[in-house]
Amino acid sequence: MRIYDIAFVCRSKNAGPFQLTVDLMFKTREEFDRVLNSPRFVPETIAPLYRTTPDKVQIKVFERILTIKVVLPRLCGSGSPEDTDVYGSQQHFPLGDLDI
Amino acid sequence: MSDELRYLSLCGMLGYGYSPVSLENAFADKLDFIGVDAGSTDPGPYYLGSGKSFVKTLQMKRDLSLVLKRALDRKIPIIIGSAGGSGARPHVERVLEVIKEIASEQDLKFKLAVIYSDVEKSLLEKAAAEGRIHPCGGSPEFDANSIPRICNPVAQFGTDPIIEALKTGADVILSGRCCDTAVFAAFPIMKGFPAGLALHAAKIAECGALCARPAGANDSLVVTLRKDSFTVEPPDPERKCTPDSVAAHSLYEQPDPYCFYEPEGMIDMRNSSFEQTGERAVTVRGTVLVPAAKETLKLEGAAFCGFRSITIAGVRDPNAIANLDAVEAGVRKAVAINIKNITDDYSLRFLRYGVDAAGGRLEAPADPLPREAALVIEAIAPTQDIADTAISLARSSALHQQFPNRKSTAGNLAFPFSPSDFKGGEVYEFSLYHLMDMEGIDLEFRPEIIEVGK
Repeated sequence: MRIYDIAFVCRSKNAGPFQLTVDLMFKTREEFDRVLNSPRFVPETIAPLYRTTPDKVQIKVFERILTIKVVLPRLCGSGSPEDTDVYGSQQHFPLGDLDI
Repeated sequence: MSDELRYLSLCGMLGYGYSPVSLENAFADKLDFIGVDAGSTDPGPYYLGSGKSFVKTLQMKRDLSLVLKRALDRKIPIIIGSAGGSGARPHVERVLEVIKEIASEQDLKFKLAVIYSDVEKSLLEKAAAEGRIHPCGGSPEFDANSIPRICNPVAQFGTDPIIEALKTGADVILSGRCCDTAVFAAFPIMKGFPAGLALHAAKIAECGALCARPAGANDSLVVTLRKDSFTVEPPDPERKCTPDSVAAHSLYEQPDPYCFYEPEGMIDMRNSSFEQTGERAVTVRGTVLVPAAKETLKLEGAAFCGFRSITIAGVRDPNAIANLDAVEAGVRKAVAINIKNITDDYSLRFLRYGVDAAGGRLEAPADPLPREAALVIEAIAPTQDIADTAISLARSSALHQQFPNRKSTAGNLAFPFSPSDFKGGEVYEFSLYHLMDMEGIDLEFRPEIIEVGK
């Protein structure tokens, strides 16, 4: 099942002009655990989706509201000539397509 | 020191608006100060670089004109942070003009403290040479060669300059680029409230009612701060805060839900608790400040990259959609030949909406290909005239470009507009988004006093 179909919120946004944060929110503990504990939900799998290296992928867990945050480097600064998404708000894919 | 202070965050960004009901309700009780932040790097580097405001002047005027007289009558200081969005001198001066205009229209007299946050390029050069400029928030190593291209470099200071401005007894404080939290934490820290709680409350307050449900950066939030806790409540009865809505706010645009960094240090929320303490109010406890080990100052600057011109067209022909790579290659070649005697200093970019533009080509092109796609071609060049010329050549080439199995030999593109090309103006990039090590640097941001209406 795709992460996009498991999470009830799947969103991305700039965290400053050089980082992206993808937030995944879940309705149930089971869904949250299913993604968090999946052997595929690791920096080694996520990094190549965003053309980066595993050491630059941070996975942060906010258990109280069943949320997982994935922080990724932007490939270029927000609004620079190479950028395609100034606010970074459509960068939750390809992560959303990751099959869990 | 009083045991409790109460303040109003007018809205998430000056100019985003707020409900007059919110203002009415917030004023029903005592208020120690009113804050409104305007700062954001979200809309990109253009606004800082060009000196233009992200929010329109009339929007800012509306938001200030409703509150200014009421606040002055009650002697409640108003603190405006990161004026005009980016907080460089041209932004601050524009907001100052708005304030003077309101004062003149409403016959108001008051004392205003303005704090500019611009930094000299000579300081950047010196700091870069001394190895004081370090990446932050994922920024690359600072390239000192970009300094000549940087427009409007600013420092993002913390609470100290605002505290100094408050001590002048100013009725209105207009600050250049500053930390969003500084707007709301300066007054409480000056009054001796714990900095950890004050900064956490400020972090929530700076977005207005975004921490409430329904969430709204375009509405107000009232914060009551005590020595051991703070309470947030939206003054609009249509909104409410819940422990989850307030806790979730620490996720928003932040790399870490358990801490954030300000010039004062790291705000540690690992032991923070969120409790419903009223029908629409949430009380937060347990946040602490871990003071910064060394003094740093965040710098922001946008480097000029050229001028932009674009054209937008739809593509319906399936063979054309399947051959957008070939179209692009052909257009690049044709433009290069035809612009050769004018310049070679230009760049072209092809954005293929429907295929792979929004994702920035992280993903493989859509499969199957869409029935329709939008092609945006962009040219960037040192002058607007050259960018316009490059896009004109690119557009005419793209319209008639050959590709394999082409059946649409009369034209490849459906232009929705005449003229089909648009000037995009100046293009910038954030080349400065770094921390400067401040040890041994004497740099102060002092308030200047202006008597308005006299």
